[in-house]
Amino acid sequence: MAITFSLPTVLARLADGQATLEGTGDTLGAVVAEIAGRYPRLAPRLRDEAGGPYPFVTYYLNDEDIRFRNGFATPVGEGDEITVVAAIAGG
Amino acid sequence: MTTVLGLPPHAPDAGTAAVRRGPRPLSLVCKLCHAPHPPIASATCEECLGPLEPAYPAGRALPSAATIAARPPSLWRYREWLPFEDEPVVSLDTGCTPLLDSPALARRLGVARVWVKNDAVSHPSLSFKDRVVATALNAALGLGLGTVGCASTGNLANAVAAQAARAGLPAWIFIPDDLEVAKVVGTAVYNPRLVRVRGTYDDVNRLCSQVADRYGWGLVNINLRGYYGEGSKTMAFEIAEQLGWRLPTAVVAPMAGGSLLTKLEKGFREFTEAGLVSGAAPRLYGGQASGCAPIVHLVERGGDTLVPVMPDTIARSIAIGNPADGRFAAGAIRATGGWAAGVSETALVDGIKLLAETTGVFTETAGGVTVAAALVLAESGRLRPEDEVVLCITGNGLKTVEALQGALPDAPIIAPRIRDLEAQYGHHL
Repeated sequence: MAITFSLPTVLARLADGQATLEGTGDTLGAVVAEIAGRYPRLAPRLRDEAGGPYPFVTYYLNDEDIRFRNGFATPVGEGDEITVVAAIAGG
Repeated sequence: MTTVLGLPPHAPDAGTAAVRRGPRPLSLVCKLCHAPHPPIASATCEECLGPLEPAYPAGRALPSAATIAARPPSLWRYREWLPFEDEPVVSLDTGCTPLLDSPALARRLGVARVWVKNDAVSHPSLSFKDRVVATALNAALGLGLGTVGCASTGNLANAVAAQAARAGLPAWIFIPDDLEVAKVVGTAVYNPRLVRVRGTYDDVNRLCSQVADRYGWGLVNINLRGYYGEGSKTMAFEIAEQLGWRLPTAVVAPMAGGSLLTKLEKGFREFTEAGLVSGAAPRLYGGQASGCAPIVHLVERGGDTLVPVMPDTIARSIAIGNPADGRFAAGAIRATGGWAAGVSETALVDGIKLLAETTGVFTETAGGVTVAAALVLAESGRLRPEDEVVLCITGNGLKTVEALQGALPDAPIIAPRIRDLEAQYGHHL
C-alpha cells in the first residue's frame, strides 16, 4: 500500500533532499519504521529510542493529529497522507 | 488580487519586492541539546528538532538602570536583551505600555497590591503581539526575507498586518475561518493577503509550517519563532522598571502557545542576573479557558508530556489545543512556585466586566481569563494576602465584543424630556 509521507525541510535533508516520500505499512508506526529503514540518517529524527514520536514533532494522518487517534498504532491505508510537522508557536 | 476598503492593490510578492537590510540577528542555539546554529529563518534544531533560541554573547556590555531610563520609550530601550547585533530599523515605537495600580482589584482579590500591565493599548495593534512582531520583522529584514506572514488566532494577524504595512513588506496572514469580526477587519484594513482556513488554529499552524518550507517567507511564529519570542521578554522588563526596578511577588498571564510565560520568566531572570533588580523571582501563574486548557492539565497532572485537546471556547485568541511551548510554560510555573487555573466561559466574561468596572480597562477574552484565573488562585489561597500581583492584560476588548452579548444591562431609549428621564430612572436620580 503506497502512503504519502511528507517531511519538513529540516528533515528532508536527511532523506536525500526529498520532502515527499512513499512508504508502506498497515499502521502509521509501520510506515515510519519502513522509511526509517531506508533512510538511516533520518531514522533517529522520526522516533525516539522507545520507538515513539518526539514531543516536538507532530504527525498528522491526512488532516488529523494522530494523538487524537491511536498514535503510531493508528491504521493507515492506500492513498493516506502522513505529514510530519515540527512544533510551532502561538499566535 | 483584491482591494479592501478603497486601499491600493497588494504590494509585490516575494521575488519582486525590494529586499531591505535590517539588523544582524544573533546566532541560534537549541533549547534542548544546545547545538549551535547560524542566524537562519528556522526555529527547529537540525540535531534533535527542539526549538531554537538566540545565543547572547557572554560578557556583552549591559546598560545601567539610569541609561535605560534615559532612552526613548519603546521596547528597544532594552535592546541589549533583544536578539540583534546592531540597531533595529522598523517597529521602533512599540512597547512601554501603562502599568496601572488597581486598589479595587487588590481588595477583590484579597492581596496587598494589584497592577495591570495594560497591553490592551499596545501600539500599533492593541495587543502584546506587537512586541513579538517588532523583533520578528527586524529579524526578517536582517535575514533578507522579502515577504512576512503568520498563522494567527487574531491578535498576531493584526500586529503583523499593521507593522508589515508600515515597513512596506508584503504579508500573508493565515487565520481560522471563525475569528471575531473585529480581528478580521483589523487585519484586512492593512491590505495583506488574508487567507481564511477552514479549521482550528492548530490546522492553520500545520498549513503554515508547510508554507514556510515551500515559499521561504518569514512566518513570524514559525520559522522566525526564535527571534519572535524574545519580544515578549520586554513585558517583564517594563514591569520591573515601572515598579521602580523591583519585582512583584506574583504575575498572572494568559496561556495560549505557552511562550509568554517562559519569556516572562526569562526576562525577570535576565534583569536579576544583570543586577538591575534584586529579590526572589515572581511566582508565575497561568490561566486558560477550561474549554482549551492543555497546559493547566499538564501543571495539575505533573510530568512533561502534554496531551493536546480540541479547543472549545469563546477565548479564541488563546484557543491553541497543541501548544508548542506548553511543557516549557509548565516548567516555568513549577520552577517559580506558581500554578495554573482553568476558568469557565461565564467566569471569563465576568473577568472582563470586573476589570472594566474596577480598573477602567476593557480587555478581550484572554484578559478575562487572566482576571478570572487570578480570582480562582486567590480563592484557593495560592495568591496570598501579602502578595504584590501583576496581571498581564494582553489584548483589547473592542476586538471581542461578541463575548459580551447578553452579558451587559440594556440601556433603555427615552425621549429627550426630563419627565421621560425621571420616569425611567427616577429611583436613581
